[in-house]
Amino acid sequence: MNPFLSLISRDLRLARRQGGAVMTALGFYLVIVATLPLGLGPDLNLLSRIAPGVLWVALLLSSLLSADRMFHDDYEDGSLEIIALGPIPLELVALGKAVAHWITVGIPLLLLAPLLALLLNMNESAYLPLIATLIAGTPAVSFVAGIGAALTVGMRKGGLLLPLLILPLYIPVLIFAVSAVDAVVTGPGSFTAPFLILCALTLAAIVLSPLATAAALRLNLS
Amino acid sequence: MVFRNLDVTAKAGDAYAIIGPNGAGKTTFLRCVAGLLAPASGSVTLEGGDGERSVGEQCHYIGHLNGIKPALSVLENLQFYCRFLGGDGDIQLVAERLALSELEDIPAAYLSAGQKRRLGLARLLCAHRPLWLLDEPAVSLDQASQDILAQIVADHMRGGGIVLAVTHTPLGWETAETLDFGRLVLEETEDAVL
Repeated sequence: MNPFLSLISRDLRLARRQGGAVMTALGFYLVIVATLPLGLGPDLNLLSRIAPGVLWVALLLSSLLSADRMFHDDYEDGSLEIIALGPIPLELVALGKAVAHWITVGIPLLLLAPLLALLLNMNESAYLPLIATLIAGTPAVSFVAGIGAALTVGMRKGGLLLPLLILPLYIPVLIFAVSAVDAVVTGPGSFTAPFLILCALTLAAIVLSPLATAAALRLNLS
Repeated sequence: MVFRNLDVTAKAGDAYAIIGPNGAGKTTFLRCVAGLLAPASGSVTLEGGDGERSVGEQCHYIGHLNGIKPALSVLENLQFYCRFLGGDGDIQLVAERLALSELEDIPAAYLSAGQKRRLGLARLLCAHRPLWLLDEPAVSLDQASQDILAQIVADHMRGGGIVLAVTHTPLGWETAETLDFGRLVLEETEDAVL
């Protein structure tokens, strides 16, 4: 097994064994979406209209909960230094970590979202577009979260600073994902154009964010 | 500036014991050699090494932290480092060498401090690296484990490897030379040639 895959498989195994991060994220997601209608009142039309946006915003917030742990544990126990000196460049390490984060947190959140859509009485026609935008958009969420995790890795209260750093970077993803879903439900406009931009954002995040993450890690390791 | 004009040359088969008072720059020196810290000036070269890879990639750096995952078993920790560092060693043999065989399936969280240190040191044998940088390798090791460590280091030196070890206590290694950061008169060239 090559170093890159061994790193991902170790992270998956750790996530499976500890399980805390993903359960926290899923629980938080459920709680946000379940409490929102209580605050807004029982207007089903309103809820179904804002459902895609709510599901996306809540997903971003939930994924941030576990993001600060992406490099934190490895930094604390010294593995990060060893990995940094290992045979693969830090950029690839950052890529592998983000992939592992997406598999352990992104995919479970993505699978939970359609179920939570039921709670918000989301329009039937919005399900497929919502799932499509989640599949296309959540990798960007994990990759961009890696930058914040790397920047705050040495800090004691890094988890509090991370959302401030990272949430602004999520805005383009959020805008194009929600407008793609809304275009299908309410129109006007097409689903394709914002969806393709969302895909482009994700591809850009996959290519560029490992570079930024690796630079931030180098800064924090020295 | 922690130190300047430091010139150290270590030949194949050399072991250096780096001693000195707290804060003298011993760990900083090791981290510089590993490439974790960039020196303000000067360079570290490994002659006869793989020119395309950094010195850091050709060394084992054992720091204060052991770099082991408490949730993984002893064997899984070893397995990861063997695979990640590209080693072809038999992890069963490595575990046996470090007297960890009986603990193989126990999560590393339950190990004692000395056992954790042994697991950290086991990385040295997972993959071959010509240069070993050890920061207080013997901390919390009992006498038997220190003997094992001395044996492993002796084998490495016999195979032409280089060992730089920071220490406060005599390690009892056969041919270790001493580099004393406490009384270094540092007035020579700036390059540390390895």
